[in-house]
Amino acid sequence: MLKLAPLATLALMLGPVIAGLAGTVLPAFGYMPALGGDSLSLAPFHDLLSRPGLATSLALSLGTGLAASFGAFTIAILFTAAFEGGRFFRAMRALLSPLLAVPHAAAAFGLAFLIAPSGWAMRLLSPWATGATRPPDLLIIGDPYGLSMTLGLMAKEVPFLLLMVLAALPQTDSLRARHVATGLGYARISGWLGAVLPRLYPQIRLPVFAVIAYATSVVDVAIILGPTTPAPLAVRLVGWMRDPDLAMRFTASAGALVQLGLSAFAIGLWVAGERLVAVIGRARLRSGRRQAGDRVSATSSALAMGGLTAALLAGLVAIALWSFAERWRFPDALPGTLTLASWQAHLGHLGAASAVTLAIAVPVTLTALVLALACLEGETRKGIALRHRTLPLLYVPLIVPQIAFLFGFQILLLTLGIADTLLAVGLAHLVFVLPYVFLALSDPWRAIDPRYGHVASALGASPNRIFWRVRLPLALRAAATAAALGLAVSVAQYLPTLLIGGGRHATITTEAVALSAGGNRRLIALYAMTQMILPFLAFTLAALAPAVAFRQRQALRASA
Amino acid sequence: MLHRLAPLAALCLAASLLIGTPSTRAETPDPKDWPAVLEAARGQTVYFHAWGGEPRINAYIDWAGAEVKQRYGVTLRHVKVDDAATVVGRIVTEKAAGKDSGGAVDLVWINGENFAALKKAGLLMSPGWAEDLPNWPLVDTVANPAVLTDFTEPTDGLESPWGLAKLVFMHDSAHVSSPPRSLAALADYAARNPGRFTYPQPPNFHGSTFLKQVLAQTIADPEKLSHPVDPASFDADIAPMLAYLDALHPHLWRQGRAFPQNVAALRRLLDDGEIDIAFSFNPSDASAAIAAGELPDTVRNFVLDGGTIGNAHFVAIPYNATAKAGALVVANFLLEPEAQARKQDPAVWGDPTVLALGALPAADKARFAALDLGIATLPPEDLGPVIDEPHASWMVRLEEVWAQRYGAR
Repeated sequence: MLKLAPLATLALMLGPVIAGLAGTVLPAFGYMPALGGDSLSLAPFHDLLSRPGLATSLALSLGTGLAASFGAFTIAILFTAAFEGGRFFRAMRALLSPLLAVPHAAAAFGLAFLIAPSGWAMRLLSPWATGATRPPDLLIIGDPYGLSMTLGLMAKEVPFLLLMVLAALPQTDSLRARHVATGLGYARISGWLGAVLPRLYPQIRLPVFAVIAYATSVVDVAIILGPTTPAPLAVRLVGWMRDPDLAMRFTASAGALVQLGLSAFAIGLWVAGERLVAVIGRARLRSGRRQAGDRVSATSSALAMGGLTAALLAGLVAIALWSFAERWRFPDALPGTLTLASWQAHLGHLGAASAVTLAIAVPVTLTALVLALACLEGETRKGIALRHRTLPLLYVPLIVPQIAFLFGFQILLLTLGIADTLLAVGLAHLVFVLPYVFLALSDPWRAIDPRYGHVASALGASPNRIFWRVRLPLALRAAATAAALGLAVSVAQYLPTLLIGGGRHATITTEAVALSAGGNRRLIALYAMTQMILPFLAFTLAALAPAVAFRQRQALRASA
Repeated sequence: MLHRLAPLAALCLAASLLIGTPSTRAETPDPKDWPAVLEAARGQTVYFHAWGGEPRINAYIDWAGAEVKQRYGVTLRHVKVDDAATVVGRIVTEKAAGKDSGGAVDLVWINGENFAALKKAGLLMSPGWAEDLPNWPLVDTVANPAVLTDFTEPTDGLESPWGLAKLVFMHDSAHVSSPPRSLAALADYAARNPGRFTYPQPPNFHGSTFLKQVLAQTIADPEKLSHPVDPASFDADIAPMLAYLDALHPHLWRQGRAFPQNVAALRRLLDDGEIDIAFSFNPSDASAAIAAGELPDTVRNFVLDGGTIGNAHFVAIPYNATAKAGALVVANFLLEPEAQARKQDPAVWGDPTVLALGALPAADKARFAALDLGIATLPPEDLGPVIDEPHASWMVRLEEVWAQRYGAR
């Protein structure tokens, strides 16, 4: 069984991507007989290049994606370095589940509700401080440099990276390493960066790549907060893919390949940056300097972390208020009356959509978790780490923009006769859920000290017993976190649910996006709230799991 | 592990290329034999792909679903899409996969370029069926020629009319005492009140409609619009329109550097007090939004002298629909006087009927007469003349020009 797990995992994860990409690459070079393209040519790329503002779109995708990734990474790392073990850190950790549970679209809406010229912040300040009785004509949402969008992406990626850091920290022995560094006279952050980061970074490197790939190809956040004249590449791609002029499919396919290259290029730049940092870091360590700007780093990371979290939370409060608002006009600081009317009117729809959402997400998440554990356990028993060759494969579903291969995958499912079924939607979700579960689980798992297993083996325990009694408990926190993340990923899927399900399976997310086209803030708020509740429950359970399971195991609880 | 990838890829490719077996085409029901259609429809589930962005419309479709269930035993499922173009894509994909029957879409809410695309690609149920529906004789084809020619494209009975649309403007009378009733006055208003007018960003449907309105009222020879674009004279034809927009844009909301993405967002800007003037394709939209607490009750409608763009919207059945008989029954039900009257009620939706009221029995006439059109709505006689939709090729070219000139900075 265990031997089959890696193959099954790869097939389920990569099969759809490869088949789907084939269905994208061919039209990108002009081949798609159903649309009258029966010879190979470069015409789609010529057409793509002739699109107005393409260079700006590319620059926006690359710039916002890299800036958001770099910002989120820097904040998460410096914050951990400065405050690990402290009260601020514990407070952030307590906030992590709610923050992670917020889908990107909901977070973006919250931010838009907050910082727009007609948003909550301006309402709170008007007219007594600003003198404005009508919203000022300021270009904040959709600014040409994508700053709002970058901020929105950062606000969501910081908690994600912090979660990854938290999941990996127990394996780095960070507190003792820091004590040693402090004993040697290193300042807090400098010591952590020198002693802990080199051990931590390899474990969070893949999540960082996933963040870069996501941020450079994001659609929903870009639609809500990003510029539109022109929009980032991925947004335009979706538009071309859905253009009623079917010939645009060729251009869109070519654009999908360019998007693929762009995301890969962004990661390439990051890897180059890694090299540079490593060189500089080594030089610094050799220089023996024991602090550099520690106080500035600590203060600015605290401000950034606090500011982003506060903005995200205030946005969520604005969403909550809107879901209970009857009428809330500018410049009223608060809605005149709060009412349950919106909730009551849509409770039936919300419940039905939540049921469909969970009917997809729960089996998919469990399948992904079992497969990931089976792969990892098999690897451990064989005593070989496949990581260097398998790792790149894991990124594939995370780097390839969804729209690039979903179209082709849909054709495959149709020919197999299982399109539109819940099973098909589940298979499509698995493509995205598996890598996240694997990414969240694999590094903490591989970092488990193998000597525990050796000792248990020497004491006569069977391999199965070692798995259930030793390794799984050690990995319980990581496994629970991975499952919660998987569930959140599944709940948030829009395009796969819509395209593969033929629109027949109305989840919270497909309903929310459809309604967001209507621009009714109360309804958006209602669905955004529901969209948050499901993953929020999952993360809460995951956070509680170790404490409940390890009531009797002091050390596991402490490291957890 | 990488070497395992090659066989896997080959397998998937083989699967995608070889397994597809063309299935036989489903029997197409004949609406002339209506009892047989009703018989076949009973027990069918109709997946109705329709824009889901407006809760009032969604609630109306829910109501229609309950009615057809009770009357004809047809189950109606509303598949909420954010753009009809996705449905076109869906049908094309099924065609590409050789799925010539058992398709996901049974009925689709459609008009204009989406209809033209499906018709051109032969992806609609044929032969034409709409004019054989039992309720077709009630449709007013004289006053509403748009129910027969969709953006100058003959419908050929491949889609059945559902409602009418007409461009109407709205202003907040709390800020604007006398609204600008011509394009020139509108530009003048924008210049005097910078940042208080905008339009949805083309190729959004409503944004493109605004462009067509400007084109129709600035082009030297409006007759040209009923024919495909003539590339030789296109630049000269649109020059006055571009001159108008060039002058207007610096005074738009956000100086024309950003645009609302759809008409609902435009309406929200009006509610927030960011802009003074908005527009809609539904004459009752403002009243309905006031009733729903989405606009202040000081908003009023107005139209431009010389008329505004108007069209019709339809439902169509894809060539590979699973429940064709059920779809026919639903399309016919949507033309029932009771259904059309309910649809026209601003408290429900407020979408104008396609029926000829004069031809209706007295009881059905009374349903329409009883409707309260709402506080902001103009009476039908004040809606002004209808400017027909230009040929679909104009819209495509206008959107290209707009993207080039204003959409990429």
